[in-house]
Amino acid sequence: MDLETIATCLNLKVFSGFDQLKTEVLDGYTGDLLSDVMANSKEGDLWMTRQVHQNIIAVASLKDHAGIIMVQGAEPAKDTLEKALKENIPVMGTDLSGFEIAGRIYNLLKEKQDITRIDP
Amino acid sequence: MHVHEKPTFESNYTVQGGNFDEAGKVASQIKVILKKLGLQTDVVRKAALVAYESEINIVSYARKGTISISVTPGQVKIETTDEGQGIPDINLAMQEGYSTATSKIREMGFGAGMGLCNIKKFSDYFQITSEIGKGTHLKMIINIENGV
Repeated sequence: MDLETIATCLNLKVFSGFDQLKTEVLDGYTGDLLSDVMANSKEGDLWMTRQVHQNIIAVASLKDHAGIIMVQGAEPAKDTLEKALKENIPVMGTDLSGFEIAGRIYNLLKEKQDITRIDP
Repeated sequence: MHVHEKPTFESNYTVQGGNFDEAGKVASQIKVILKKLGLQTDVVRKAALVAYESEINIVSYARKGTISISVTPGQVKIETTDEGQGIPDINLAMQEGYSTATSKIREMGFGAGMGLCNIKKFSDYFQITSEIGKGTHLKMIINIENGV
């Protein structure tokens, strides 16, 4: 499932990475501790966080994440947005809590996996 | 271990302490280079993490530091030397969750006491030495299974 589908289904605000929305989302990760995200998230993950400062762009880029979702109505800080636009990293936002958005994305990804399993 | 092999790539980077705006930049550069050298994804992933955490440590705790990287057909070697306070008790610093980070650093999601543990976990060889009032030296090696 690509970022655009998820953004449309869950009514996400897209702040940056507008031409990267066809990127395939393989899985998701939630976390606000950057070392935890560095160590345990994977390539293709959609990362959900409450952090808004610019260091998250470096983490998402280093880990080849599909994108970042800022939760609970958070928006990227000015320098974060500048960096995200420059490096073309998709940053999105939702008013939902981390728990809510993670659950919905989990369901979307899982539903797709189940469909693929039944009808490959 | 292929310690005497001629490096296929070598470089040094300076990291300024306290400059969180630039934190992660060196690790990003290293990742791009290792990818271009055609190293396996797993090696690049480990080296990027090791470089990132080392860089964050210099930014968080030292006045300045150097990160050097050397790639041979058998391994990626990353070394960091910083000018800082040094670590009084290395065993304590190596404990997951132990941190001396300020609240400002923690607010940004750093300083969770995971950095050194992650560096050790993602390296095939890890050495840490520190001198009070002088600084800390890290040496990490990541093996390349089938050569570059």
